[in-house]
Amino acid sequence: MIRLRQIAAASSRDLLILLGVVAVLALVPLGVSRFTLSVATAALIFALAGIGWNVLSGFAGQFSFGHAAYFGLGAYTVAVTFTKYSISPWLGLLLGGLVAAIFGLLTGWISFRFGLKGAYFALATFALAELLRLTFNNFDYVGAGVGIAIPLSGGDSWGTLQFENTPAIRYFVALGLVALGTLAVIVIKRSRAGSRMLAVREDEDAAASLGINPLRAKLVAIAVSGFITGVAGGYYVMFLMFIDSDLAFGPFISVVILLRPIVGGVGTIWGPVVGAAVLSILGEVTRSLVRDPPSFLQVVEGVNGLDQVMFGLILVLVIIRAPDGVIGLFRRFRKRSSQ
Amino acid sequence: MSTILEVKGATKRFGGLTALLDISLGVAEGEILGIIGPNGAGKTTLFNLISGAIPPDEGQIVFDGERIERLAPYVIADRGLVRTFQIMKPFGGLTVFENVLVAAFLRRADPVEAAAHANSILEYVGLASFSDRQSKGLTLAGRKRLELARTLATDPKVLLLDEVLAGLTPTEGAEMVALVKAIRDGGVTIVVIEHVMAAIMALSDRIAVIHHGELLAVGLPGEIAKDPKVIEAYLGKEFHAPD
Repeated sequence: MIRLRQIAAASSRDLLILLGVVAVLALVPLGVSRFTLSVATAALIFALAGIGWNVLSGFAGQFSFGHAAYFGLGAYTVAVTFTKYSISPWLGLLLGGLVAAIFGLLTGWISFRFGLKGAYFALATFALAELLRLTFNNFDYVGAGVGIAIPLSGGDSWGTLQFENTPAIRYFVALGLVALGTLAVIVIKRSRAGSRMLAVREDEDAAASLGINPLRAKLVAIAVSGFITGVAGGYYVMFLMFIDSDLAFGPFISVVILLRPIVGGVGTIWGPVVGAAVLSILGEVTRSLVRDPPSFLQVVEGVNGLDQVMFGLILVLVIIRAPDGVIGLFRRFRKRSSQ
Repeated sequence: MSTILEVKGATKRFGGLTALLDISLGVAEGEILGIIGPNGAGKTTLFNLISGAIPPDEGQIVFDGERIERLAPYVIADRGLVRTFQIMKPFGGLTVFENVLVAAFLRRADPVEAAAHANSILEYVGLASFSDRQSKGLTLAGRKRLELARTLATDPKVLLLDEVLAGLTPTEGAEMVALVKAIRDGGVTIVVIEHVMAAIMALSDRIAVIHHGELLAVGLPGEIAKDPKVIEAYLGKEFHAPD
């Protein structure tokens, strides 16, 4: 009975943390510039995409190197349904998630059915994202190489999800989506489906010997994962007001998505959000360092690409020092100090 | 007592090697059937056939009145026929509690009910105080108990235990024997593979002997111990039991 109370306590602890994090993040628009706010909004969008990645790769252990596929499908779904059929982006987000989930189910079924694992599965996901990128780049219906621009409705509108005058609302919607995504993960992790994902990640044969269908557990994971990342991609369009095949399906997008949970902590509830925060801050710090360095670093001022190099070096150091991500580092530290 | 599990004429070949030849064996509901045999006799292969890990080349396996020899392992487990592995497969990255929780979810979708069930199983096998430990940190005896706990949490009808005593100290072994007997008394039919002769003699209601892939003898432990064919298989031709 003690354990039951622990479980209830752990769930309510996660929910309390969620409330706290949302409350703190809701204060961000108060004290920052329009530019910083748009950086923060993008950070939230990629945190959400990372939350999706984490379900498939962190919980179910199927490493995806091509989450741009889901992100891009969500993005194009919103762009196409809005510009061609005047469907509200709200519905578009839902449709985008569904399209990505269905794509995940179909490609996942084929990949898992034929036993693709580890590096081979990762390569398959990468190839699929590239396939989509090249297809969309030559597909006139979706604007081919030109892409799709969302026509400005002018001013703020909840119906068309455009907030020209009040970027804070755009940020709050992203925050709401991240909160919903995190809530979903908290529930899934304690559910039967989540428990089965973890079992399949650890040992498929042992999982099957306990009555778990590994294929089904992985398909549930890929559908949920695709849905969440698809929604993130859909909202990304309403943030950029533009999409083309590189921005939607480019390999860089896949890397950006998977770096968030990896830096934050793979397979943890908060990893993607923590990783997104750390990486955005790191990116801004290195950028401003090159733009406006302190006097002893005058030499680096304005050197093209140096901020990216610094970003990369710091990232390597972080991954060496904290292979379990920032959350793993925090846990190790807490364990040591409690002993 | 009715037969809950029946192997009918099962044969398995790996290339030119016949691992099992025409094995026919019934397991009565509620009994503990021991399977013994020298190394390489085909005991684990028999478990692999029954649990669906590999299909037999010939023959049938009937569980609870239905043929199961072509079903996937997870379907067989879902029907109530669950195995442990000789080389244990704990979910290393999960805690002891989470390991058992996965299994408890098989018959209950509600997380609170599943957690309660997992707790009661951990209590039952004596692992309750290790609940929050990482499973890879357990001792050998602990890992064997964990394997058993996981299978039990699925509410099985029949348990296939592959060498749950091997490597245990005499004290740990005696505890394990008592635990397996208690599980049987709780209504679970048990088939157990074992090397440790003394332990399996004390544990089993009946014993089947497999040698070179063939069923050599089936009988009560007392009969098996005196069977000249069995003695020959284990000790060689020169030895005979004293009259």
